[in-house]
Amino acid sequence: MFELLNYTFFQNALIGTLLIGISCGLIGTYIVAKRMVFISGGITHASFGGLGLAYFLGFSPLWGATVFALVAAFCISYLANNKRFREDSLIGIFWSAGMALGVLFIYLTPGYAPNLLSYLFGNILTVTGGQLIASALLCGMIILFFSRFYRPLFYLAFDKDYYRIHFIPIAPIEWGITALIALTIVLCMKLAGIILVISYLTMPQAIAGMFYKNFTRQLWCSTLISCIGSIIGLFASVPLNTPSGVTIVLVFLTVFIACYIYKIVKTRSTRQK
Amino acid sequence: MENIVELKNIAAAYDGNTVLHDVNFTIRKDDFIGIIGPNGGGKTTLLKVILGLLKPVAGEIIYHGSKHSLFGYLPQNSRFDARFPINVREVVLSGLLSEKGIFGKYTREDKNKADELLATYGMGDFRERPIGELSGGQMQRVFLCRAIISSPRVLILDEPSTYVDAKFEQEFYSLLHDLNQRMSIVMVSHDLGTICSYVKTIACVNRTLHYHDSNLITPEQLQLYNCPIELLTHGTVPHRVLLKHEPKA
Repeated sequence: MFELLNYTFFQNALIGTLLIGISCGLIGTYIVAKRMVFISGGITHASFGGLGLAYFLGFSPLWGATVFALVAAFCISYLANNKRFREDSLIGIFWSAGMALGVLFIYLTPGYAPNLLSYLFGNILTVTGGQLIASALLCGMIILFFSRFYRPLFYLAFDKDYYRIHFIPIAPIEWGITALIALTIVLCMKLAGIILVISYLTMPQAIAGMFYKNFTRQLWCSTLISCIGSIIGLFASVPLNTPSGVTIVLVFLTVFIACYIYKIVKTRSTRQK
Repeated sequence: MENIVELKNIAAAYDGNTVLHDVNFTIRKDDFIGIIGPNGGGKTTLLKVILGLLKPVAGEIIYHGSKHSLFGYLPQNSRFDARFPINVREVVLSGLLSEKGIFGKYTREDKNKADELLATYGMGDFRERPIGELSGGQMQRVFLCRAIISSPRVLILDEPSTYVDAKFEQEFYSLLHDLNQRMSIVMVSHDLGTICSYVKTIACVNRTLHYHDSNLITPEQLQLYNCPIELLTHGTVPHRVLLKHEPKA
């Protein structure tokens, strides 16, 4: 299996998986702690509209997805903050509108859309050099943002209303994290596809959450699970001849179920003592 | 006395429905103001306006001096996620966000200060616990620690007695009395007995605000302002308060 490492495409896939694994591990912990899983789903699906539009106009689909993801992320948080709309309704609107636009543009584009499936389920083996550089930049930005603004980020996620009274500018932190969430989602689409992005942002975190009730530890633990699980999934996908994104999700699921059973058994045995 | 916050001719509304109008109110240094009034009279709205959480539709608020560490706030119901992965000490430390700003570093002294406060408020053994595992009263104490760790100039309490049990109540109010040596306090309360025993002055809020420069309440005042009607009919209104209502000379 390790002779795969001699191939450039696999080396690239491995580096890409690792970078996306770190980004998703960190951003996902924030998303899960702040209960933004549904919002992230909305952003992911909204970006499909941009993907279709770019495809129709002949641009790189990921650029279209990036623009739509950013617009959707900022619109949802701005409109929900204004309390003019209910957040979950907004998410539903962006989610379905994005998908509808995406399908419409792909339908309007003459000829067959060969890559469509790869955007829905991802394919890290076709990752380009440019995408790797983008992933590395994003990963660096996320690490920098988290290390520099760890406490404000953490405290605002906990009880935002409370810190509004202190007249400190919390908006830059919110914009920063919103942009990072949108960008992580877009890059993760290369690995996981639109349909599976959410699992990369929630499953490692759910596993970490079973063992740690502390935000810092959850960050470390989910990033570690995210990286190791992704790499195992990537390696397993080759001999199994399965899509890598799907295989990684199933690795996460297996770990999740195993940890869950372990927790139940452990609780029972401590109770019996 | 030194003015800290001044509200001038304030009106506040939600979705076009006016809740407060023509409110003139000043918080000065060393104040201990009790705010009373019927449900829906606008007490919490007034606090939100003071705290800058709700923009008034008319009037002006003047904050004297630095806005940093101006307020400590103990909300009536903190709307937070009980399963959020944060422990008690971190919740208290988060009260320093105003002082530190978004770039600030948190030191060992800050941690020690948080632990000391928690010990003072009987929560020393809980500092490593996730916040969601505490009872309502315990949370309230932790949130009080969060409100005062930055040594604010004004401490604002919204119905603090809601969660404080009888055993802790006496202690709680004597702690407030001590805090009042260092900061002004504005407290919303239904508990008329508490108001009269601890506060220095009283403000009645019912769509507008009437300020009483003493802690005595007369039935005339209550009727005139249509103030805390539910308190008059409440079975637990302390005797003492009713004894004090001799007509004014």
